[in-house]
Amino acid sequence: MGIQSNVEVQTEWGIVSARQAGRNLAKEAGFSSVDQARIATAISELARNIYLYANNGEIIIEFLENENVSPPRRGIKITARDEGPGIDNIRNAMEDGYTTSGGLGAGLPGVKRLMDEFDIDSRSGVGTEITAIKWLR
Amino acid sequence: MQPSIIQMIHNQRHYIIDNWLEEINTVQTETVGNNVPKEMDDETNRKFIEMIIDTLEYEQREAKGKLRGFVERLIYSGWPLSYFTRGMQSFRSVLLETMSSGEGVNSKRIFETFYEIETWVDGIVNQIADEYSGSWENTIQLQRHALNELSAPLIPVFEKISVMPLVGTIDTERAKLIMENVLEGIIEHRSHVVLIDITGVPVVDTMVAHHIIQAAEAIRLVGAECILVGIRPEIAQTIVNLGIDLGKLQTKSTLQQGIEAGLQMTQRKIVKCNTESASSVVIGG
Repeated sequence: MGIQSNVEVQTEWGIVSARQAGRNLAKEAGFSSVDQARIATAISELARNIYLYANNGEIIIEFLENENVSPPRRGIKITARDEGPGIDNIRNAMEDGYTTSGGLGAGLPGVKRLMDEFDIDSRSGVGTEITAIKWLR
Repeated sequence: MQPSIIQMIHNQRHYIIDNWLEEINTVQTETVGNNVPKEMDDETNRKFIEMIIDTLEYEQREAKGKLRGFVERLIYSGWPLSYFTRGMQSFRSVLLETMSSGEGVNSKRIFETFYEIETWVDGIVNQIADEYSGSWENTIQLQRHALNELSAPLIPVFEKISVMPLVGTIDTERAKLIMENVLEGIIEHRSHVVLIDITGVPVVDTMVAHHIIQAAEAIRLVGAECILVGIRPEIAQTIVNLGIDLGKLQTKSTLQQGIEAGLQMTQRKIVKCNTESASSVVIGG
C-alpha cells in the first residue's frame, strides 16, 4: 500500500474532486481508459450517495498491493464512509431499479458490476461504509 | 480621534513613515514576491502610508472614499490582500512604538491612546478586507454568469435541427439548465430534431444518465425527437455495466452521423453538387 487520497464530500464539487482524484490514481496505476472510466464512475456513484443521503462523508482512494499471492496483484481500493442514516435494507438497495430518491436505482448494483470486489457495511442510524476494489489485469 | 494624538502623528510623520517603509520592505518580499519592480513598490508604499496618515485630515466619508479608490486600483493590478493586512499591522506597531517612546504621552492616557489607534487601524483594515471580498464576490458572480451562459447552449445547425453540445461535469444545477434551454430552444428554433452531444462529458453515471433520459422524454413531449450522440467506447461500457437502459433513446456514435440521421428524419439529405463552385448543398424537403 502506498499513496492514498482522501476527499471530503459535502457538496457536488466534492463528487467532482473525488472522481478526479480517482481517475488520476487509476491512470498512475496503469489502468486502461475503460477501467479508468469504470473507477471514476464507481466513485461518482458512491460520492453521490454520500451527498444525497448522508450530506457529508469521505471517499478514500488507495493503491493496493497483495504480495501473498503469485503473481502479486495490484489494484485500487475505494472506501466510501459516512455517518448518515444508514441503509435500512441492503438487499433492496442492491437490487436493480430500487430507489428511494427518484433516481434510476442503478447506483449500488452498478458499482458492484463496475468493480471486482464489493463490500457493504451499514447500520441504521450509525452510518455506512462501502469498499470496492478493482484489480489491475 | 483626540486632536492631541493627531497632532502627535503629524509631528512624528517623517519618523513614522521612514520606520514603516523599512518594515514593509521585509513584508513585501514575503507577500508580493518579485513580480513588481522595486521602484513601483517604493512608490506604492509611500503613497499608501501618506494616504493613511492623510485620512486623519478628512472627514470620515471622504477618507473612506479616498481609501476605496486607492485600494481598488491595487486590487485591479493584482496586489495580494496580505500586503494590506501585514502593512497595516506593521503600521500599528510602528505607531504604537513611536507613541510610547515619545515624550508628551501621559502614562494615564496611554491606554486611551492605544485604544484609539487600535480602533482607527482596525477600521481601515476592515474596510480594505471588505473591498477585497467585494471584488472577489463580484468576480465569482461574473464567472458564474459566464459559466451559465456556456453550460447548455442549444445551437440551430440546420432548419429544424439543433445541437446541444455538453462539455464538462453535469451537476444538478446544470441539469436543470439543460432541460430549460432545450425546451425553450425547441420552441424558439422550431426544432424537430435535437442532438445531445456528450463527447465532452467525462463521466456518465446514473445521475447524468437519468437527467439525459428525462430531457429526452421532455423533448418527446413537446413534439420533437432526441438523438444522443458522442458516446465514447469507455462510456458505452460503463453504461452497460451500470445497467442503465437507454433503449428508448436513439443514439449515434458521432455528431456527424446524428446530423445525417436528423436530415433523414426531416426528409432531407446532403448531396454532392456537380458545379465546381460549391461542394455540397442541402436540398430542402
